[in-house]
Amino acid sequence: MLKHFIGLQWKSFFRSASFKTEIWFKILMALGALYFIAVFLGMGVGAYFIIEKLDIGDPLRVVNQFIIYYLAFDLVFRYMLQKMPVTNIKPLLYLPIDKTKVVNFSLGKTVISFFNVAHAFFFVPFSIVLLAQGYPPIQVIGWHLALMALIYCNNFLNVMVNNKNSVFYVFAVLFLLAGASQYYQWFDITMYTQPIFDLFYDIPWTAIIPWLVLVGLYYGAFTYFKKHMYLDGGLAKKQTEAKTENLEWLDRFGNLGTFLKNDIKLIKRNKRSRTAVLMGFFFIFYGLLFFTGSIEVYDGPFWKIFAGIFVTGGFLFSFGQYVPSWDSSYYPLMMSQNIKYREYLSSKWYLVIIATIISTFLATFYLYFGWEAYAAVLVGGIYNIGINSYLVLWGGAYVKTPIELTSNKKAFGDKQAFNAKTLLLTLPKMVLPILIYAIGHFLIGPVAGYIFVAVFGLLGFIFKERVFTMIEGIYKKEKYKTLQAYKQK
Amino acid sequence: MITVHNLTKTYGEQTVLNIEHLEIPKGQSFGLVGNNGAGKTTLFSLLLDLIQPSTGHIINNEVQVDQSEAWKPFTSAFIDESFLIGYLTPEEYFYFIGELRGRNKADVDALLAGFDDFFHGEILGQKKYLRDLSKGNQKKVGIVASFIGNPEVVILDEPFANLDPTTQIRLKGIIKDLAAKEDVTVLVSSHDLIHVTEVCERIVVLNKGEIVKDLHTSAETMKELEAFFAG
Repeated sequence: MLKHFIGLQWKSFFRSASFKTEIWFKILMALGALYFIAVFLGMGVGAYFIIEKLDIGDPLRVVNQFIIYYLAFDLVFRYMLQKMPVTNIKPLLYLPIDKTKVVNFSLGKTVISFFNVAHAFFFVPFSIVLLAQGYPPIQVIGWHLALMALIYCNNFLNVMVNNKNSVFYVFAVLFLLAGASQYYQWFDITMYTQPIFDLFYDIPWTAIIPWLVLVGLYYGAFTYFKKHMYLDGGLAKKQTEAKTENLEWLDRFGNLGTFLKNDIKLIKRNKRSRTAVLMGFFFIFYGLLFFTGSIEVYDGPFWKIFAGIFVTGGFLFSFGQYVPSWDSSYYPLMMSQNIKYREYLSSKWYLVIIATIISTFLATFYLYFGWEAYAAVLVGGIYNIGINSYLVLWGGAYVKTPIELTSNKKAFGDKQAFNAKTLLLTLPKMVLPILIYAIGHFLIGPVAGYIFVAVFGLLGFIFKERVFTMIEGIYKKEKYKTLQAYKQK
Repeated sequence: MITVHNLTKTYGEQTVLNIEHLEIPKGQSFGLVGNNGAGKTTLFSLLLDLIQPSTGHIINNEVQVDQSEAWKPFTSAFIDESFLIGYLTPEEYFYFIGELRGRNKADVDALLAGFDDFFHGEILGQKKYLRDLSKGNQKKVGIVASFIGNPEVVILDEPFANLDPTTQIRLKGIIKDLAAKEDVTVLVSSHDLIHVTEVCERIVVLNKGEIVKDLHTSAETMKELEAFFAG
């Protein structure tokens, strides 16, 4: 039986449409994966020595203090991205297979998921370093096993709370509050959690407790799943009560308004697009890594421009990147209706522009880090509007992955659609402004660098009509291929 | 109204459609029948410029469809659920199509009022998104949406499939009314010989991509079709 299941899994992986990308993409994707593995390994090995150097106490104890955040973040991350193992269950329901087997397999499958294995790249080297530093083996192993169990607890917790937004938001708010109150030193949650993690180290046999919890959670997930394995139960599509919205205030924009109305509904009513917008929002805070000087390598002058592009371009990259794939499920309608390509593209362009302007406003708090930080953000915003908005639409003509709006599948690259493709298309959008800035920076000075980038962005703005004509031509040329590709779900 | 010239569509070695000449005059109600793989949907997709012809072309009201987009304002279609926008409510979808075709809300509402029977209270005001409607109800929405904006050419692929018997009968009435209008050309494909003979004044049979019969509907048509499909 297991043989059949694994065979099915194997085929679904290797036969997925997105797997059949070009070979050089695959190679780049492999390199990317190796890079991330290397980073994690480096962190695992380096964490000990970094903490030691900072001299803030015994490295293991320091890790124990903050591990609660690590686990909480892991849970949030999983909730947003980890896929539920229900796919492909339907065709198995009426076959003569014991239900418990199907459930066990589906749950078992999650054990080897990326979201669990990735942690090993941190914890295994960290534990090895601990051993090498002369920590007593039994205690380290106890600690290690306990944390492994906790990571898997997260896995099954996520299985159970999946799609329960209320639970998730309460948890996320608690998590943020705890973080904030720790930062402002009102209340330190780690004072209460650290002893628990210390316990696993100090008295190694207590590691059995998280394992017992894990068994309990597995059992819980198992019964929950088995109970809900009906077409009108857990396997049913979630239906939400629909409300007709008119958004009449957009009517004044004529045809453009018609599309904008639709795009707003698209974003509001589909899980996948909401995630994209949320991701775009988080990009605003990405600049903190650069401007606070918390990461040394990011201190160079060019990184500021890089940050500026990212801070204001979150929506541009997370949403704009996938135009026209957002409309993939009804692309034939769009192509046969009374629609001009230019109007369609303009509406998407305006959406991206509006979002970029909003991001630029929201990012005003970077003024706190000095005018130069906000100048970088502002210039990044201008460049995004003037140049990147076109590049994103242009690139979109070639990105022919249909998007399933109602699921978060592929939102950030699950294994069947590693989104290195779109990541790659991002590179020219980032490297070019840095180069322009570098020219100004070295020839005259930092201010000139900013001005150069801004001027470049404004130039792009002037050529809007010409660029649109070109992009329109590309879309028209790609139309049939795109229609064909969207058919293959 | 519609003229097909030397139209072929080939995928690799396989020719899925090969029509030397076909002329559909304005106002005709045109029925297309044929088994699976006969090329019905291929022909409709070519008419809507959703796929490119291998050779030849189609002229729709003096517009060559793969060269200009000027056929779009007077042509409408419902082929399959990829013509529906899943995250809209039926009302929103109708208004959206209406706006694209230059009709305001009042116009659309007036048109919809005429389809109360057809909707059977299951479409409007249901607080459901299109993606959550049943297949049959989705189809009703798509078909009615294709009537918005007084199109001169209406293309419906398999409109009777997935509909309940009552709705099928009502749909026949609707299509007949539409076809009775002088200036509306209706193209319908179907697997159901009875429905199509009832609704269409002309029936073309496709087999393996080629036109094998071109009949003016009469009392004998049904027998002739049955004889053909019985093999």
